[in-house]
Amino acid sequence: MATTGTPANLTQGSKTKGGIGESTLRPDGTLKVTGEFAYSSDMWHEDMLWGHTLRSTVAHAEIRSIDISEAVATPGVYAVLTYDDLPAEMKNYGLEIQDTPVLAHGKVRHHGEPVALVAADHPETARRAAAKIRIDYAELPVITDEASATAPDAVLVHEGRDDHHIGHVPHPNIVHRQPIVRGNAAEAAERADVIVTGEYTFGMQDQAFLGPESGLAVPCEDGGVELYVATQWLHSDLRQIAPVLGLPEEKVRMTLSGVGGAFGGREDLSMQIHACLLALRTGKPVKIVYNRFESFFGHVHRHPAKLHYEHGATKDGKLTHMKCRIVLDGGAYASASPAVVGNASSLSVGPYVVDDVDIEAIALYTNNPPCGAMRGFGAVQACFAYEAQMDKLAAELDMDPVEFRRLNAMEQGTIMPTGQPVDSPAPVAELLRRVKAMPLPPEQQWVTTEGADVRALPGGLSNTTHGEGVVRGVGYAVGIKNVGFSEGFDDYSTAKVRMEVINGEPVATVHTAMAEVGQGGVTVHAQIARTELGVTQVTIHPADTQVGSAGSTSASRQTYVTGGAVRNSCELVREKVLDLGRAKFGTYHPAWATAELLLEGGKVVTDGGEVLADLTDVLEGEAVEVEAEWRHRPTEAFDLRTGQGNGHVQYSFAAHRAVVEVDTELGLVKVIELACAQDVGKALNPLSVVGQIQGGTTQGLGVAVMEEIVVDPKTAKVRNPSFTDYLIPTILDTPTIPVDVLELADEHAPYGLRGIGEAPTLSSTPAVLAAIRNATGLELNRTPVRPEHLTGT
Amino acid sequence: MRVNFTVNGRPQEADDVWEGESLLYVLRERLGLPGSKNACEQGECGSCTVRLDGVPVCSCLVAAGQAEGREVVTVEGLADYARQRSEGGCADGACGSAGSGVGLDAARRWEARPSDGQTGEQGELAPIQQAFIDAGAVQCGFCTPGLLVAADELLERNAQPTDADIREALSGNLCRCTGYEKILDAVRLAAARQGEAV
Repeated sequence: MATTGTPANLTQGSKTKGGIGESTLRPDGTLKVTGEFAYSSDMWHEDMLWGHTLRSTVAHAEIRSIDISEAVATPGVYAVLTYDDLPAEMKNYGLEIQDTPVLAHGKVRHHGEPVALVAADHPETARRAAAKIRIDYAELPVITDEASATAPDAVLVHEGRDDHHIGHVPHPNIVHRQPIVRGNAAEAAERADVIVTGEYTFGMQDQAFLGPESGLAVPCEDGGVELYVATQWLHSDLRQIAPVLGLPEEKVRMTLSGVGGAFGGREDLSMQIHACLLALRTGKPVKIVYNRFESFFGHVHRHPAKLHYEHGATKDGKLTHMKCRIVLDGGAYASASPAVVGNASSLSVGPYVVDDVDIEAIALYTNNPPCGAMRGFGAVQACFAYEAQMDKLAAELDMDPVEFRRLNAMEQGTIMPTGQPVDSPAPVAELLRRVKAMPLPPEQQWVTTEGADVRALPGGLSNTTHGEGVVRGVGYAVGIKNVGFSEGFDDYSTAKVRMEVINGEPVATVHTAMAEVGQGGVTVHAQIARTELGVTQVTIHPADTQVGSAGSTSASRQTYVTGGAVRNSCELVREKVLDLGRAKFGTYHPAWATAELLLEGGKVVTDGGEVLADLTDVLEGEAVEVEAEWRHRPTEAFDLRTGQGNGHVQYSFAAHRAVVEVDTELGLVKVIELACAQDVGKALNPLSVVGQIQGGTTQGLGVAVMEEIVVDPKTAKVRNPSFTDYLIPTILDTPTIPVDVLELADEHAPYGLRGIGEAPTLSSTPAVLAAIRNATGLELNRTPVRPEHLTGT
Repeated sequence: MRVNFTVNGRPQEADDVWEGESLLYVLRERLGLPGSKNACEQGECGSCTVRLDGVPVCSCLVAAGQAEGREVVTVEGLADYARQRSEGGCADGACGSAGSGVGLDAARRWEARPSDGQTGEQGELAPIQQAFIDAGAVQCGFCTPGLLVAADELLERNAQPTDADIREALSGNLCRCTGYEKILDAVRLAAARQGEAV
């Protein structure tokens, strides 16, 4: 190897600032506080048209006819499209099962299903033209629950199913069924000194992200289309969009726009195909923006569920067995229902040691709104039920509910009901200990020298009580969530990392297709690049489909998987940079050949801290670039009969303590404090970690006391599609949320990190419910709790 | 119809406004100021909060025609608005008592630099904007513009708000990401920095 020179600068000292473990600030923060950050609803193009979607006003009906003549004749209207206008053989889409029509064909299966599209020069013109489309519906009976779905004469929501689940489901109106049998629950039940059972109901929750579904499709000269959109997974969208447009994937060029929250609600397509169809038909850019009313119909919701549980325990407080049956309502289309079933069943025991289990989870096809992914994904519903059971058992045994849980808590090495060993820290007992050890908020904080500050009381400024009838309760809960896509899914990500000198400074560019939906992935990617490449300046390239798939911003997986991909590509770039350095300066210093070399503070250094070269010298005139895929450990499918299999990659644990005050006369609840302890493995960005925990906790609070999409059981129509009628927590409803972060490394994961986004959404809800039960003495087997459940009126 | 009003200190004119259009629509779609967000169009979420003659309003509920001849401040103009307020102190009326808002004279005397917002050139941030970034109060950021306008107005009339004051003032602004804790932190931080600066 020829030597070409000596490095110009050898100043010692090399610490890189802004790497992992620091609370670095968001790179998009300034744009977001100045109003310049371009969300998908902010897209604008010269000569652009506005698209509008006409949706069904009934839940289940045959479409006898559609008359678009008056709509087409409306001045300002450029196109009206129905099923008959779809250009390709493929007319359906879906995450796993392609059962969802782009536009209704002969039949609608739920309230708000898209039937026709209009493009016009003003959104109001489009809306009014759509209202002139005449549809003749012949209504069909609605299927709304398990009884109506599996009745002997039940109408099939989908005739002629040929998906890969049809062979193992007991009825065509069941999307997927996953039993798990381990040990012998019936035998073990004989050892139990106490047995408790419960029937639990979980209401339909909405993601209620604030930025409604929206995007802009721009037709291209090559017959393709550019799509700017808010989504959770660009490549999954692309795979579903291109076939319906009749285009090869390379002619559909997608770029992520600003995403105003997601929480699972953007896993499925919404306006993507519709905007592309209108753009390709009119030859003009088309923007579609849902309003809040439409947004409630434009995305799937969290599965409402009925859960039947039986647990037994010995008198010294050891669980003997668990039997459960979980019925999830998937609504009219499959969406993510099969995977939600897998989660609900495999996590139905919770973070406890139970060797003998008999579990069944199913998802139904009904004419209710389609349900799919939402933060917590099947584990939320189960946690609500098993945590209620833990409290019942503790009460039955006259034990402290936290001590009872700690006695049965899983730990590293515990075998899951699927037979999979938990092979990384599982500090369930410790999290419970920590959350219980936090100081309790003072009693009667509303008392002032003048009497009462009503703002601190249930009912708030409605001035409904000055403390009379108000009782306090405290409740605990803990949960387990899987991290990453499970059941054998090839869950990879891709990162392209480039390193070069710009304006005399080494700069790294990170390009992935990861959807930044607010979680702070872009912050973490820059931190990883700084740590691995020793640079200060990191450019995050916009996410698009010009780079390989990053997988979904779902399942608490992005920091793990795309973070892992960024680290991996950085390592490959580093090796190339070091090779360059060896080629340029190798004979100058023996350490180039013998020492472990790092990139730190813009320099090449030995592991002993000696500086060998400035990166600017090494990289002068060169750019180093690597694009590589990265995978976590593979998983296996669950056996369809026994549920056995190493189905999950990693688990995430959080515990909550809720303190509530309840006005027992009016049934009003004020959550006073909602403390959380969570193991995060390694906090790559502590500020963002705490933000995720507090945000997830608050969504759990919402479904405990206020959030529910109400569907009329007679008509299957949604009754509250607005923020006036579907309530999410305001700053007045949300208590202080003290957070205790534990960092026990998972040796299998990058930096030892643990996916964290979802776990706090699990235990928050049952902790609040437990606190309300503690305050009122009521059984409360349903969430959300409404005032009438507390007053009995 | 044609609507004339002042936005962030600049006279603006919008033509061919349909009578049913909201102030929010005109700001976003006709004047190129998409910082104010549309998340519910029912006045429930506060994402579209702007100052109308100094008073925080949901611009989705204000008909564009109602803004005729009036002064609007949006998130795009917040930094300059705060800067001029701090330079002018309270004497020019920018720190007017609750409800009365900014005096017209005061509002007319400040104007946004041409570099703000629309050019992408970065100017100095308002204290409340910087505090939101520093405290981690921004996640997806969709609620942020409305919250900033509302929180800035709170600090204008109440330099030392209690937590209960902050919660009351921001109760019309929904956030789905943060659980509000870091938004409270941000307002406390801005108030503390404001206190130190005096």
